Amino acid sequence: GSGGFRKRKHDNFPHSQRREEKENVTPPSALMASFKSFQLELDTRHDKYERLVKLSRDITIESKRTIFLLHRFTSAPNGEEILSESEVKLDAVRRKIKQVAQELIGEDMYQFHRAISPGLQEYVEAVSFQYFIKTRSLISVEEINKQLVFTAEDREETTNMTSNSCDKQPHTWSLKVTPVDYLLGVADLTGELMRLCISSVGNGDIDTPFELSQFLRQIYDGFTFIGNTGPYEVSKKLYTLKQSLAKVENACYTLKVRGSEIPKHMLADVFSTKTELIDQEEGLP
Amino acid sequence: MSVSEMFAALQGALGQDQDIREEIRKVVQALEQTAREILTLLQGVHQGPGFQHIPKKCQKAREHFGTVRTQMESLKTKFPADQYYVCPGSHTATHRHHWRFVLQRLVFLAAFVVYLESETLVTREAVAEILGIEADRERGFHLDIEDYLSGVLKLASELARLAVNSVTAGDYSRPLRISTFINELDSGFRLLNLKNDSLRKRYDGLKYDVKKIEEVVYDLSIRGLNKEATVGAGGEK
Repeated sequence: GSGGFRKRKHDNFPHSQRREEKENVTPPSALMASFKSFQLELDTRHDKYERLVKLSRDITIESKRTIFLLHRFTSAPNGEEILSESEVKLDAVRRKIKQVAQELIGEDMYQFHRAISPGLQEYVEAVSFQYFIKTRSLISVEEINKQLVFTAEDREETTNMTSNSCDKQPHTWSLKVTPVDYLLGVADLTGELMRLCISSVGNGDIDTPFELSQFLRQIYDGFTFIGNTGPYEVSKKLYTLKQSLAKVENACYTLKVRGSEIPKHMLADVFSTKTELIDQEEGLP
Repeated sequence: MSVSEMFAALQGALGQDQDIREEIRKVVQALEQTAREILTLLQGVHQGPGFQHIPKKCQKAREHFGTVRTQMESLKTKFPADQYYVCPGSHTATHRHHWRFVLQRLVFLAAFVVYLESETLVTREAVAEILGIEADRERGFHLDIEDYLSGVLKLASELARLAVNSVTAGDYSRPLRISTFINELDSGFRLLNLKNDSLRKRYDGLKYDVKKIEEVVYDLSIRGLNKEATVGAGGEK
């Protein structure tokens, strides 16, 4: 009963479909052929872009974690351990950046710059933060880029087997952090330094805030020197930078004025109330 | 290196970018001027008597493209070849950003000329040749695929307008040919998986052009004017 009905319905259906298909078959024109190749080209490009966005996000997350780790540096008794741990983490980030560099072999890096820029900025922030903790100075773009030169380790193994001509030219490629990415990363670094300053006071460290205010002032001067020659994003960060600097400077002021009066073990309490006051003041126009 | 030295070096690099940007802007202005001249010239085809002078106008336009080629040559010298996509101004804008608009318009103009001459879609390679640039990224200043496709979409709107005006001018066969062409173009674009960007936005407008032309063809066929056109064409033979 029902089977027969189904069969009948089935019979009618493919018949009309078949006819439609026949009508749709037209010789592929030159125009359609070229659009097929455009499809391929655009899809390849979009896929690459998506892969880079994903890598960039991974780089961002890992860099952020490294920064959190480094914030524990001042409070921990075993600072060296944390530094080496951060080095391991940054190596992992660099491996991701190597993947980015591999994706970009033979491509114009700037074409995909928007996909990777956020990750690179975060990496600059993490690396420069670690560098500051280690050396108390600012890492240069050249220094950062030096660490982003990669050699093809796994590729060498395969080329050794197949041909010797490749061995003569060691295959290296690099990813260059652009000046703008560097600047934006450094601007973010100042926010971390401000946090470092506040937390170091909490630990009873009185020297670090002064050192930091000195360092931040240098960076601020640098940014004002660049001023509006830089892109719009840089000038936007300048405002936040100014706020961070004011916070650190006010902290130093408090330490100087009140430091001699208050017993050291109470300093942290006094300081934390003072920063709250500053926060409120900043809320006012 | 001290902090201030580092920032001085960075400032130097950014300042150079700014100079490059200004140089580019100057050449782009000249290109825009030429593009406007070609556009004005080709706009003539929409007016009644213009239909008879299409070949002459196309020839004139091709002469103007000679100017475009020399201007492109000078644009190429304004920045290093590997900085086609470099982003100096805003973090998100590129060098390309400065000439993108005019390049798309020039693609449209070249495609329009080629359509008027041969009623075919200009290939990417042919446009690149007309404009004096490369089709491949590897070989230098090139025509990006997105810019090419944007230019082609501009052509579609222009042809929708041309269909209407050719009816007014008494040319009843042209809309039918435009309709075939645009339909093929539409199915071509349907093959593409576009992202949600400016190209996609422009592509979304293509269906209105298709609709407009279909309406023109409908108006003609309901009045039997399309038959007249084919009969007329047959009679000529």
